[in-house]
Amino acid sequence: MTNDELLWRIAGGSGDGIDSTSQNFAKALMRSGLNIFTHRHYPSRIRGGHTYVEVRAASHEVKSRGDGYNFLLALGDSFARNPQEDAYYGNEEVKPLTENLDDLREGGVIVYDEGLLDESDVADLDEQAEENGWHVYPLNLRGLAREHGREVMRNTAGVGATAALLGMELDPVEELMEERMSGEVLEQNLEILEIAKNEVEEREFTHDLQIPAVEDGGNDEQVLVSGSTAIAYGAIDEGCRFISGYPMTPWTDVFTIMSQNLPEFGGIAEQVEDEIAAASLAIGASHAGVKAMSGSSGGGFALMSEPLGLAEMAETPIVLVEAMRAGPSTGMPTKPEQGDLEHVLYTSQGDSNRVVFAPGNAQEAYEQTRRAFQLAYNYQLPAIVLYDQKLSGELINVDEAFFDREPNPSLGSVLTEEEIADAPHHHSGKFNRYRHDVENGVSPRSIPGQEDGRFLVTGNEHTPQGHISEDPDNRINQMDRRMEKLESIRAELDANDQSSQTVYTPDDEAEHQYGIMTFGSQQGTVEEATKRLSDDGHSVKALGVSELLPYPTEEVKAFLDSVDQCMIVEMNASAQFRGLTQKELGGYGEMMTSLLKYNGNPFEPEEIVEGFESSISGDGDAPGHSTTFVPAASD
Amino acid sequence: MSAFSAIETKRDVDQNEFTPDIEPQATWCPGCGDFGVLKALKGAMTEVGKNPDEVLLVTGIGCSGKLSSYFDSYGYHSIHGRSLPIARASKLANPNLEVVAAGGDGDGYGIGGNHFMHTARENHDMVYIVFNNEIFGLTKGQTSPTSPKGHKSKTQPHGSAKDPVRPLSMSLSAGASYIARTAAVNPNQAKEILVEAIEHDGFAHIDFLTQCPTWNKDAKQYVPYTDVQDDEDFSFEVTDRQEAGEMMYEAESRLSQGEVLTGRFYREDRPSYGQEKRHTGEMPEQPLAERYFDDSYEWERSADLMHRHR
Ligand SMILES: Cc1ncc(C[n+]2csc(CCOP(=O)(O)OP(=O)(O)O)c2C)c(N)n1
Ligand code: SF4
Repeated sequence: MTNDELLWRIAGGSGDGIDSTSQNFAKALMRSGLNIFTHRHYPSRIRGGHTYVEVRAASHEVKSRGDGYNFLLALGDSFARNPQEDAYYGNEEVKPLTENLDDLREGGVIVYDEGLLDESDVADLDEQAEENGWHVYPLNLRGLAREHGREVMRNTAGVGATAALLGMELDPVEELMEERMSGEVLEQNLEILEIAKNEVEEREFTHDLQIPAVEDGGNDEQVLVSGSTAIAYGAIDEGCRFISGYPMTPWTDVFTIMSQNLPEFGGIAEQVEDEIAAASLAIGASHAGVKAMSGSSGGGFALMSEPLGLAEMAETPIVLVEAMRAGPSTGMPTKPEQGDLEHVLYTSQGDSNRVVFAPGNAQEAYEQTRRAFQLAYNYQLPAIVLYDQKLSGELINVDEAFFDREPNPSLGSVLTEEEIADAPHHHSGKFNRYRHDVENGVSPRSIPGQEDGRFLVTGNEHTPQGHISEDPDNRINQMDRRMEKLESIRAELDANDQSSQTVYTPDDEAEHQYGIMTFGSQQGTVEEATKRLSDDGHSVKALGVSELLPYPTEEVKAFLDSVDQCMIVEMNASAQFRGLTQKELGGYGEMMTSLLKYNGNPFEPEEIVEGFESSISGDGDAPGHSTTFVPAASD
Repeated sequence: MSAFSAIETKRDVDQNEFTPDIEPQATWCPGCGDFGVLKALKGAMTEVGKNPDEVLLVTGIGCSGKLSSYFDSYGYHSIHGRSLPIARASKLANPNLEVVAAGGDGDGYGIGGNHFMHTARENHDMVYIVFNNEIFGLTKGQTSPTSPKGHKSKTQPHGSAKDPVRPLSMSLSAGASYIARTAAVNPNQAKEILVEAIEHDGFAHIDFLTQCPTWNKDAKQYVPYTDVQDDEDFSFEVTDRQEAGEMMYEAESRLSQGEVLTGRFYREDRPSYGQEKRHTGEMPEQPLAERYFDDSYEWERSADLMHRHR
């Protein structure tokens, strides 16, 4: 087990370069042929405070964070060293050691920076190490960095030490450094890396953890991407060239990536005064003939509620991203949750007439963002990509070839001027923008500036020419047509041979005793747990649902019909996804139990295994305090 | 052939082309000042030679918001207070469009105040007409941000304790580059000012005094009026920010006392937001909207960015 996978955790203060160091370390491992998954944990604080990133590397496929970890690089929090005696942070500098120990696996390795951390501050480190078989290596990384460069380079020293302890080649790390640094900084970093490695190699080691063996040579065709990157790139490939937004964690990730790339690609990015403006700008740009996107997180999305409804009534296509974090209100800004599901499905007045996708991993995030644009522009309605802080920041390796796709700049159901000339006009000469008598519910639109295409858009109910109307017959016609679009979309999605829902069956059997169902970002973790349960002899399979509106009723029914009981896993306290499923299916309640987690951390696979064993098969301990079990409904 | 020939091919337009087959009497009360705005806008658009298909009129909600129903161009009757963000993105997407935004004083100076401030600051190239009738019309006569102090209404039965906003001064300090006040009772001046505003390259804000005989009983509330350009008592330089500011302050104070001063208050030659953005490389030279109709355009792909992720 030891050498099967490396779970390397780097801990320190926010702003200490933990993120970039871990990213490069992860890339180096990826280049050497390993599969990668990273998990990021940080407080809502700009500098200082306890933060860590976990890099999971294995020769087998990894789709989730692991259970705990086996290598700790504790760097110390430079911002906690406040010269004033009664500094607010107190003696927080020991945190990188204390805060992390709970999750360190038996036999794990600890490297800590004795230049910043004092082992004696951690009262029982020795006993704990003894009890758990940990191997503790104090190293003066700070001193080393100071001596050969600058103090900030102690991260590099830590990576050098890691390489020595794990028997890892430095080449990929050095290569990456050469690609992103130059001059003196590069020289110093390379030197520190070497020295740290050499110094540590001379020591005697007590552990036997090694870098996992690579099965078949290198992995140079891989790229490391996050969910947010995948959403941004999906939008770019779909021809989106307009983004408007207002910063809010974690939506800021997509907003930043788009803002950095769109101007280079001839597009426009706008940071505006608030989220109402942001969504309204997307509407304006789309109306004028550009593929546009906006988005936010919970509170900001709440402000978008009214423009969202306008886009539905006016049939102006837009794509919105909702990156969930723990709520209500500003909640926990840097912690993931899936508690905005109902908000996104039902916000805004009237009957919801929108598409909602919840991708389960980076690849799905890319594909479903593209699909969201296609549906929005073909069917003229808002499409929402719902994901969360976990999927936003986690990195995973993907085949580079995956992104080698054709762009699709089509505006969908838009007419050219020749087509407008042939299209039915009202006897007054006005273009019949909102015709009743169309297929699929979609009446093609014209774009301002096109000759003879003018029409009025309004958020009020309106006639085919766009005039405000409260005529009951017209109302029914227009309402039915708009709602018909959802049915057409459902039919289109069902007809597509590539389902968005991911069924995971470890043993390829169709019928199973148990099912586990989830939505969005928990999919990889559920798959991993399902595999373990299956290895342990349980008859179980999993379904990750990522189409939420219109709901994939038939697919979910088929899944539930193929199992006896099903556990629904989601990161919120009120079982919103289970509620949606019961509402859509109108039954099945008595076969569903819920496993919920809402403490600000995503599920670990083992928690799902435990939840399953105790609640479904009834042969395990009760789930831990961080998860909640809600039994099936009964009469 | 261009995708947007209404913009490219100029032709003479008859004023009637801006008249749809629907009567404003449908919702506007007899004697409402909104008729004056409609007439002036049609006149001005015809005078500058705009094709109805190259004009995008974005309105908010209120009696004033119905302007887009009775003016035949591309129209977007949006939501309360949000005409500006919709309008300015349309302009960024296709700078060749003639973009006009319009709404009431509640719409523009109340609920949409934040957007007003930022659109003026950014100096988007568009015309913004605020129908200032000192009242909420459509919701039946509540006190609005421009209602005078002491104004009584069903929702302010004791009389408003608030001073009215100073829209001209607000506009100046926010950064609008053309600011004027006109009145529906002054159709010639209104049309001339609209023509200037359309031709102005930047954010042109017009505080358009419109009487509301239904809720502000005095149908002649803006008569008589004085044109500050025509009156010898007022001599100030419209391009001088300080003098303009003082003149605006004067006009706003006098309006509270029932004296109506109209005219051009400020004009500044400053690059519009679109120009600034093109200058910094944040916006393409060619209208973005045209690209979607250009089959020969080579679209960049995310694959071009993959080197960063290796
Ligand atoms: C978010 C929102 N709040 C309130 C309303 C109700 N409402 C419609 S019009 C209006 C006020 C209109 O006053 P004004 O903007 O001065 O325009 P007028 O009708 O006088 O032309 C209000 C409050 C609304 N439509 N939307
Ligand atoms: S209520 Fe007032 S503003 Fe509205 S239409 Fe009647 S007169 Fe005009």
